[in-house]
Amino acid sequence: MVDTTEQELLRLALPIESADSPRARAIRALLLRKAAVFGLLLIMLFTGLALLAPLIAPYDPTAQSWANVRKAPSLAHWFGTDEVGRDVLSRLLYGARASLVAGGISIAIALSIGAPLGMIAGYLGGFVDALLSRLTDAMLAIPFLILAIALAAFLGPSLGNAMIAIGVSTAPIFVRLTRAQVMTVKVEDYVEGARAVGNPRWRIAVVYILPNIVPALLVQATLSIAAAIIAEASLSFLGLGQQPPAPSWGSMLNSAQRFLASAPWLAIWPGIAIFLTVLSFNLVGDGLRDALDPRRR
Amino acid sequence: MLTFFGKRLLQLLPTLLFVSLIIFLLQHLLPGDPALVMAGEEKDPQVIAQIRAQYHLDQPIPIQYLYWLNGVVHGDLGESLRIKQPVLDLVLEKLPVTAQLATIAMLIALVIGIGAGVVSAVKKGSAWDYGANAFALWGISTPNFWLGIMLIFLFSVRLGWLPASGYVSLFEDWRTSLASTIMPAFVLGNAIAAILMRHTRSAMLTVLDSDYVRTARAKGLPERTVILKHAMRNALTPVITLGALEFGTLLSGAVLTEQIFSIPGFGKLIVDAVFNRDYAVVQGVVLVTATIYIVLNLLADIAYVLVNPRLRT
Amino acid sequence: MRSLRLTAAAAFLAIMTGGALGESTLRIGLAEDPDVLDPTLARTYVGRIVFASLCDKLFDIDEKLNIVPQLALDHAASADGKVVTIRLRPNVKFHDGEAFDAAAAKYSLERHLNMAGSFRKPEIATVDHVEVVDPLTITIVLKAPYAPLIAQLTDRAGMMVSPKAAQAAGDRFGLRPVCAGPYKFVERVQQDRIVVEKFADYWNKDAVAIDRIVYLPIVDSTVRLANLKSGGLDLIERLLATDIKDVRADPRLKLSTALELGYQGIDINVDNGAAANNPLGANAKVRQALYYAIDRQALNQVVFDGEFVPGNQWVSPEHPYFQKSFPVPARDLAKAKALMKEAGMSTPFDVDFMVPKGEETQAVAEVIQAMAAEIGINMKIRVTEFATSLKQAEAGEYQAYLLAWSGRTDPDGNLYIFHKCRAPQDYSGYCNAQADKLLDEGRTLSDMAQRKAVYEKLTKIILEDIPKLYLYHRLVLIAHTTRLEGYRQLPDGLVRVVGLKLK
Repeated sequence: MVDTTEQELLRLALPIESADSPRARAIRALLLRKAAVFGLLLIMLFTGLALLAPLIAPYDPTAQSWANVRKAPSLAHWFGTDEVGRDVLSRLLYGARASLVAGGISIAIALSIGAPLGMIAGYLGGFVDALLSRLTDAMLAIPFLILAIALAAFLGPSLGNAMIAIGVSTAPIFVRLTRAQVMTVKVEDYVEGARAVGNPRWRIAVVYILPNIVPALLVQATLSIAAAIIAEASLSFLGLGQQPPAPSWGSMLNSAQRFLASAPWLAIWPGIAIFLTVLSFNLVGDGLRDALDPRRR
Repeated sequence: MLTFFGKRLLQLLPTLLFVSLIIFLLQHLLPGDPALVMAGEEKDPQVIAQIRAQYHLDQPIPIQYLYWLNGVVHGDLGESLRIKQPVLDLVLEKLPVTAQLATIAMLIALVIGIGAGVVSAVKKGSAWDYGANAFALWGISTPNFWLGIMLIFLFSVRLGWLPASGYVSLFEDWRTSLASTIMPAFVLGNAIAAILMRHTRSAMLTVLDSDYVRTARAKGLPERTVILKHAMRNALTPVITLGALEFGTLLSGAVLTEQIFSIPGFGKLIVDAVFNRDYAVVQGVVLVTATIYIVLNLLADIAYVLVNPRLRT
Repeated sequence: MRSLRLTAAAAFLAIMTGGALGESTLRIGLAEDPDVLDPTLARTYVGRIVFASLCDKLFDIDEKLNIVPQLALDHAASADGKVVTIRLRPNVKFHDGEAFDAAAAKYSLERHLNMAGSFRKPEIATVDHVEVVDPLTITIVLKAPYAPLIAQLTDRAGMMVSPKAAQAAGDRFGLRPVCAGPYKFVERVQQDRIVVEKFADYWNKDAVAIDRIVYLPIVDSTVRLANLKSGGLDLIERLLATDIKDVRADPRLKLSTALELGYQGIDINVDNGAAANNPLGANAKVRQALYYAIDRQALNQVVFDGEFVPGNQWVSPEHPYFQKSFPVPARDLAKAKALMKEAGMSTPFDVDFMVPKGEETQAVAEVIQAMAAEIGINMKIRVTEFATSLKQAEAGEYQAYLLAWSGRTDPDGNLYIFHKCRAPQDYSGYCNAQADKLLDEGRTLSDMAQRKAVYEKLTKIILEDIPKLYLYHRLVLIAHTTRLEGYRQLPDGLVRVVGLKLK
């Protein structure tokens, strides 16, 4: 899913704005799209809820109440209680932290591995490019979730390892994207000009090329965060992510499976939480892509 | 044309080699002695030494890699530690299962995705467009395992309409087969439907604005013909090649879908193998999957370029 | 809409309830996919369920845990207890037509003893060799008297395999097992199904009415139950305790239960490697404190709706060998805290708590974690895949391990290999010379009163040292359609398929 965005960008041969393209124009275009604004607001809401969880959560998310096992939503527990009597709402709030942190850090890892490698491949070309490209192709040939599961299982179950696994599995997408962008930009006039004037390669890369590829990277990063959040939930669902009793939406869904008939609210709320969070990142990512691409409708 | 084809083929080989290398190294990243793992409960040092020799575990890693590669080329992918069945047999057993699921999922995705995309492009700005876009967003934002659980809850637990699990081959009994495949296929296909819908929509919008469509309209052709004959044919080509590339996504999605619906396919095989530390199975399955993906990629590229000569690099 | 639903359901049911005309098929839902179907190499509980239809044993048990004949008719021990004579049943055939005789019995037993990778070896380790007396009699010569011998022969160690097929297949025997059970092997598709069909020459063939059995591993218990309710399965094992109400309320389903022979508990690493060096592993008083800090009744209530049975020994409170002088304690937080103080450890401290993946294990672990936290012990839960957890336990890479044991007919089977110093499943590394003496003594005695007296002394030691904290005993929970008649559940958890009728 995440890969096709950059596929699309490649195939439509997105032109890059010149080095002094007004960011203000882009931001205004973004804000004009209601959906993107809605998405942004949702992200801010969830981030706020996650940050303020210790203050606003009605109960300790790990506090068990053995007399209140699997109680339906009520005034005391707005979203009900789980299989050991913990308050679902509080666990949802704290679970937001795991999801958002996982999303952010995984993509940070992916970017910090993928972008530099992509720059090197795109800029240097030749054998280095061929080598890196084949390596990237190879990693992309392995289905994303399978690679993430294998890595997470081998590293050992924990939220940190899950983030590393997702980050490493997502990195190849950024390598490809950065490389394609760099290759398009490096033949632009102003880059040629900079080279003619005698700028060292690193300077050209950082000052002339990098700012022009940031928009595309930003779009991909936003959309990748959405995918990373689903990936973290998937890994937690399988038992490879956040370990109990720390809450994670994915592991809440895992425990909820055997109570579908008797306590369906346990499965409904975490799923909706994941859905809304991922939706918000997708909306913002879409909005960014539309705002930064003059050709799109 | 031939040089393009040849060039791409040449790129395929090192990629495949890298895939095999990554897969092979994954096992050796693990802590612990593979010989002990394979020995299982056997503590006799003689037996362990024998295992070490038999599987070349006493050799340096590059040599081990070559032995393994040699085996692979000859069709020997090792055997499952847990059940002592050759990996190749396991793979050939499971492939049709996931293939059936993936094909039906893909069909659902194509029908829903392209249909929704065309409709929303043609009726741009209307409620149809809005609805289709909402569907697309929902499709890519919903975690597929949650969707699966919800569908099981609704259609199996509450309503009892559909079986909650199992696999029956289409050729054995198509009625039961469809009944047990429809939910997982929908779960698997809806994310791809969403992506296809968006691409179809944008491709259609581009095409509908193009000169020859304008000409067709000017010629007085009925709108239906314009859309179905001229516009769609041109818009769909990139979309269909995209479908081939989504194979990787399908397989990623299949992992959890098969787990939830207890479908004995590739996805379930590899998850169980990873958890059981059944390395040979993990290696074999990933290798096969990656190879299929790379070949599909190549075919998609060729198809795309055949249709659009301007894009040959 | 309704007619569509009926058509779909009818079509599904029609197809699923048996292939050829009039052929009856029993579809059993398992909680996991079994490992290799070789009685010598197998080690899973679900494997034993499948073996119940494929491979007959020398002896079997009844509901009261008495030994009854199966492929053997009777047994007699010599005065010194070292020679056991077993008479075999005549006119028994293996699935490949070969006759079952003393030579075949000797071959099977020696295979269990000597084959590389055999998991039966520790179960019959006291066997020195087997002799053929006449075509229908064998003698087992032991290195020392061994009271649990016959009980072991009611499980996999007593399963007879066809020598011809076993010799030909070697360690591939498990791919196409050939035994002497009521059903013979047809096919197996990994993680999909195992199909067996009626063996026409079974020695008790009149008691076998169902033509085919299909075992379907379905890991998710909700899905398993949904299949049973919709008619896709006829019998499921390991129903969740929290689904009991649901099954009882459904008039088309019947619940069959038995209190298990085994136990569920926490294994504590006391001396297996560096990990044992922690306050819990190093100090018996801390372990005793944990023993009293756990509210077994509450645990049972919260996770299992009160359906299971709390315990504190390796046999359940209803087992004949349960020591009444050490009753299952209620939670005593004050005593626990006092013990912690006596131990003098600074709290709180962390304990690595390895928990094998399972639908209910995580909830159990979390409840225990909450209880332990109240006396200053931080159990850090680490959910691990079952097979991996076993390996890590062996290697001592844990500090506490939530472990279950499906149980054996003879109490020695729940004791020896766990508590004898450096025994194969003594993961905790527990070594107590006194306990070892009592363990060895217990298995040589054949009189129950005498054995119980010996085990009483052993219980005292174990409850002081607590290398294993016994928590509760499960009910074997089997749910099946009311169309299945004649099904009885035994405490070993196996699904016996003789004497069943499917309406």
